[in-house]
Amino acid sequence: MSFHKAPLPSWKLTAIVISITFFIAISFVTLDLKLAAIFDHASWFQAHEFISGFVPPKLTAPFIHKILAASYETLAMSMTGTLLAAIFGLLLALPASHQQPVLVRQITRLLLNGLRSIPELVWAAILLIAAGLGPFPGTLALALHTTGVLGRLFADSIENLPPEPARALQQNGATKYNVFLYATLPLLMPQMVSYSLYRWENNIRAAAVLGVVGAGGLGQMLYYHLSLFQTHHAATVILAMVGLIVLVDSLSYSLRQYLTR
Amino acid sequence: MAHILSQSATTHLPKDAAWRGRLTLLIVVGALLYPSLVATQFKPWQLFDAQSSQSTMQFIAHFLPPKFTAEFLIELLKSAWITVAIATCGMCFALFTSVPLTLFVSSRFSISRLGRAKMATLPFCVRQLLRWLLVALRSIPELVFALLLVRIFGLGPTAGVVAIALSYSGMLAKVYAEIIESSDEHASHTLMKNGSSRLQAFLYGTLPQCSYELLSYTIYRWECAIRSASIMGMIGAGGLGQQLDAALKMLEGGEVATILIVFMLLVGLADAASSAFRKWLN
Repeated sequence: MSFHKAPLPSWKLTAIVISITFFIAISFVTLDLKLAAIFDHASWFQAHEFISGFVPPKLTAPFIHKILAASYETLAMSMTGTLLAAIFGLLLALPASHQQPVLVRQITRLLLNGLRSIPELVWAAILLIAAGLGPFPGTLALALHTTGVLGRLFADSIENLPPEPARALQQNGATKYNVFLYATLPLLMPQMVSYSLYRWENNIRAAAVLGVVGAGGLGQMLYYHLSLFQTHHAATVILAMVGLIVLVDSLSYSLRQYLTR
Repeated sequence: MAHILSQSATTHLPKDAAWRGRLTLLIVVGALLYPSLVATQFKPWQLFDAQSSQSTMQFIAHFLPPKFTAEFLIELLKSAWITVAIATCGMCFALFTSVPLTLFVSSRFSISRLGRAKMATLPFCVRQLLRWLLVALRSIPELVFALLLVRIFGLGPTAGVVAIALSYSGMLAKVYAEIIESSDEHASHTLMKNGSSRLQAFLYGTLPQCSYELLSYTIYRWECAIRSASIMGMIGAGGLGQQLDAALKMLEGGEVATILIVFMLLVGLADAASSAFRKWLN
């Protein structure tokens, strides 16, 4: 790898290092950072006060019950968002792949890029206006953003599939529909499943915090209790978030291990 | 569900060799999707009932035309720069903490493991503890960090910078350690066996092999940090997100449209810059 590569001429390297350093320096100068505050004794004390307010987390039975309900809602949001996105991503990936006319491909890809470049949280904040508070706009936001991500990944996978099986079926007179069902889909399936599982890991993190703008689940509880300075409650919510994320990560990991065995 | 099942049963069963798999998949997807749809109150038709569709149409109508006054655009460009600067400063702090963490965590630089299969107990425990610290830093979403830090540092970019620094140092250290551990161990081990220090073994044995990979991952993460920074603005950490939040709260559709366009341009630009840089590296 790098051993076989000729080293950069030193003036080029110097120029790059200088420009990166300059970029970083400008960033620090223009930002109104309270750097002193980070290393200030008083603010450490304040941070200590604030953080020690989280211990112990509130663990009464009715509150735990509420936490479990919100965790289920968050989990459901992430699963619905991912599954819907996998379905619509596949539907959009077909026109976005190379078998289609160039114009169709470009337009679909533009749509996918648009969906993808707006983050879940922004989608949720916009959809709240149309759909009101609750888990529904959050789910829709996850589904929209993830459709963009998965659609593009699926389209790229379709384009990278070996063309022979599809061609063999086509030349023997199979319909377009059958070519998709018997050549494209079986080859695509393992990649689709593993991409979807990766996105699920991502979406559980997103779903956990989407509530911060009012879109349901654990995030909404966190925002609510933090606004009321009920830090003990907030601590439990954060613990539940971390637990849920670790759970989904390990579930997705073992599913992928099982499927690729 | 029943409709789909009966259809596939009548038309494809006799011919389709893979029907078992397809049927199982459909059932699994249905069984997962249905309760989730119920739990998330997924009722898309709500979007189209008279009341909400009216307010939606009004809001969307406000999107057009996007607000393109010079004054507003300059303000947005400033906010966009603040977002980039938050990401860059956050990445710098993350690098300061994650590089030493990587060197501590990576079992590649274990002297007690040299020539033996197992590490000594104490270093093993230290490494394991640091690993758990990294897992904890990674599993708390960065937005939660930002939410808490805004309460310590007040509104403004400082909270965003520290939030990115905390969650990205966990991520960077993990991936850096993975990259180092997947590199060839021969050079660094030979150096350490002949008495060089760990830092020397890293600098002369490991870094030359994987510097490109490390650099390219760092740039990719910088791009991600820009995305994170723009979102963190929505909860008060400054930059483009804060503008968006304000515009949404005021229901200023025209401003929202412009901010979204700038947002997409910024993300696209960061994406293009980072992939160009990475391509050039390889």
